Amino acid sequence: MLIGDYKATYAADEAIFRSWPVRYGFAAMVAGLVLLPFAANSFIVFLATQVAIYTVAITGLNILTGYTGLISLGHGALVGVGAYATAILANWLGVPFWVVIPMAVAVTAGVGLMFGLPSLRIRGLYLTIATLAASFIIVFVIEHWGSVTNGDSGITLAPASVFGIDLVSDPQKYALIVPIAVLAVLFAQNLFRTRIGRAFIAIRDSDYSAEIIGVGLTRYKLLAFGLGSAYAGLAGSLWAYNFLALLPTQFELQLSIIFLAALVVGGSARTLGPVFGAVFVILIPEMLKWVFGFLTPFNPTIVEYTAPANTIAYGLLIIVFMIFEPMGLAAIWTRIWRYINLWPFSP
Amino acid sequence: MARRNRGPRLFRRPQSGVLAIVTTASAPLLRAEGIELSFGGVAALKSVSLDVQPGGITALIGPNGAGKTSLFNVISGFHKADAGRLIFDGTDFTNLATHKRAALGMARTFQNISLFPGMTVLDNIKLGAHTHLKTGVLAAGLFWGPARREETELRAQIEREIIDFLEIDHIRKTPVSMLPYGLQKRVELGRALAMRPKLLLLDEPVAGMNREETEDMARFILDLQEEWGVTVLLVEHDMSMVMDISDHVVVLNFGEKIAEGPPQEMQENPAVIEAYLGAAQDAA
Ligand SMILES: Nc1ncnc2c1ncn2[C@@H]1O[C@H](COP(=O)(O)OP(=O)(O)O)[C@@H](O)[C@H]1O
Ligand SMILES: [Mg+2]
Repeated sequence: MLIGDYKATYAADEAIFRSWPVRYGFAAMVAGLVLLPFAANSFIVFLATQVAIYTVAITGLNILTGYTGLISLGHGALVGVGAYATAILANWLGVPFWVVIPMAVAVTAGVGLMFGLPSLRIRGLYLTIATLAASFIIVFVIEHWGSVTNGDSGITLAPASVFGIDLVSDPQKYALIVPIAVLAVLFAQNLFRTRIGRAFIAIRDSDYSAEIIGVGLTRYKLLAFGLGSAYAGLAGSLWAYNFLALLPTQFELQLSIIFLAALVVGGSARTLGPVFGAVFVILIPEMLKWVFGFLTPFNPTIVEYTAPANTIAYGLLIIVFMIFEPMGLAAIWTRIWRYINLWPFSP
Repeated sequence: MARRNRGPRLFRRPQSGVLAIVTTASAPLLRAEGIELSFGGVAALKSVSLDVQPGGITALIGPNGAGKTSLFNVISGFHKADAGRLIFDGTDFTNLATHKRAALGMARTFQNISLFPGMTVLDNIKLGAHTHLKTGVLAAGLFWGPARREETELRAQIEREIIDFLEIDHIRKTPVSMLPYGLQKRVELGRALAMRPKLLLLDEPVAGMNREETEDMARFILDLQEEWGVTVLLVEHDMSMVMDISDHVVVLNFGEKIAEGPPQEMQENPAVIEAYLGAAQDAA
């Protein structure tokens, strides 16, 4: 157990893994992630990979919406930009994934910056509406720019390949995607230990005070859009290499709403929020499928209601969380964690 | 905490030394010339001019609605003056963007505290140092050498110079939204200090504070001026504090400067007494 946590030096107090439970917790998580593909069946590995991709996307939304306070309804479409940029660049250039991914990230960051420009003039609800428009525009372009995107029929790409081995099985793709996701989360966590992250939060909490202390709103709002979109681009790239086939409809408004739901339920402005949120939104449909599968013998038509049931479940959970735990699952986790740290003394 | 239990008059400024600096005819640190500001026809400031001498404590007083906060807002860039000029340390900053004014060496606190409620005391104060830090996005995300060193040094400096000085070591990790009003005011002063300003603009730093908190704050302001060499421009309603700590007083009434001079003189100035009595009668 661990009572209080006084540090001898300020460097130790500022460290990312401040106490031994956190250090061991992180080590255990990494060990778990390494062992998972050996212990679990291929479907679980597939779900875990999807959680990783969603985590990257939601981490980007967390930077933009959770920390900087700019609510975006265009994040799903930006993931689409990243995914399509990946497929198109890989097909055109025939270069390896580690060249394609940074390019796709850069393209998405550029597109995101463009759609972030209105944030310099408008804010709040109006900005959200502008991002909603961005979502429609992006999906429209993907659908109708057939010569490049292949339009409604979707696009395919060759698998990522490492030392001549094509990454096609679920464990192989897991091995590529999950480490990248872990690094992306750590990168974001580090941002919020420095002036950059603090400036974002300052803008969210009081943009006028932020200016008074010398934070340039133009620069930092665009930076938040750029970074958030870069994460969306990375998530899209990983998505492309995971599924190897894309459809424009996958990146419609529904996806953006799922990301926002995940952020609220997982816990916004918390490092682990996007992780919990991603687990949550990936598992809900699986659990519903299981329930519906169980009910089908009694009522065969019930399967038709799977999709609306998902949407209703997301909606209900957002409401429940906003009312009962606005800080999300991450806050519940913190309480459990504190309890473990203080055990056997009751907190 | 022995320093806390002082009598009501113990924060009176020493009558020698600093006053001498002010009376020498040095160039003003801040000069506002003929500032005009109106809100849709209502004139909030009518050709107000003001000089703040380096090293001193200048008090800006006047009845409610006189335009004191409006003048602060013009200086810090929240409002753009309809006419007039602003000069800091020889630099004309009339048209300088708000966020660039911090780098000139100006910091301010607000009449209605404007901290970042979602952050801890420490992070709020760290934000004050924003313009003095250099870490870029890539270095920040990787948190490598220079970024790590910068953060550690910043932390040590804040602990040494601000947290100790303001006696807020017990709340450094507390979110500011959970602090009582008096402490929030103190944290806001800490954030302004982290900017390492030459000029500190304090808008009613002791409004709503009890006697003990007021005395603490007055002591901090005096120490700042004497030990840190910071120049202070403060708006204040607590007249005994104004008389005790300031060495120059500027009086505003209905957006106009009606008098300025040493505190004792202002206390006896008929126009000033009239303005305050008038305001008191209106309120009654
Ligand atoms: N943002 C604003 N919009 C309209 N009127 C304002 C605004 N800010 C201040 N005023 C008006 O300007 C005058 C001066 O206000 P203020 O500077 O806050 O006075 P003080 O700080 O001296 O009490 C008041 O009449 C006030 O109503
Ligand atoms: Mg005021």
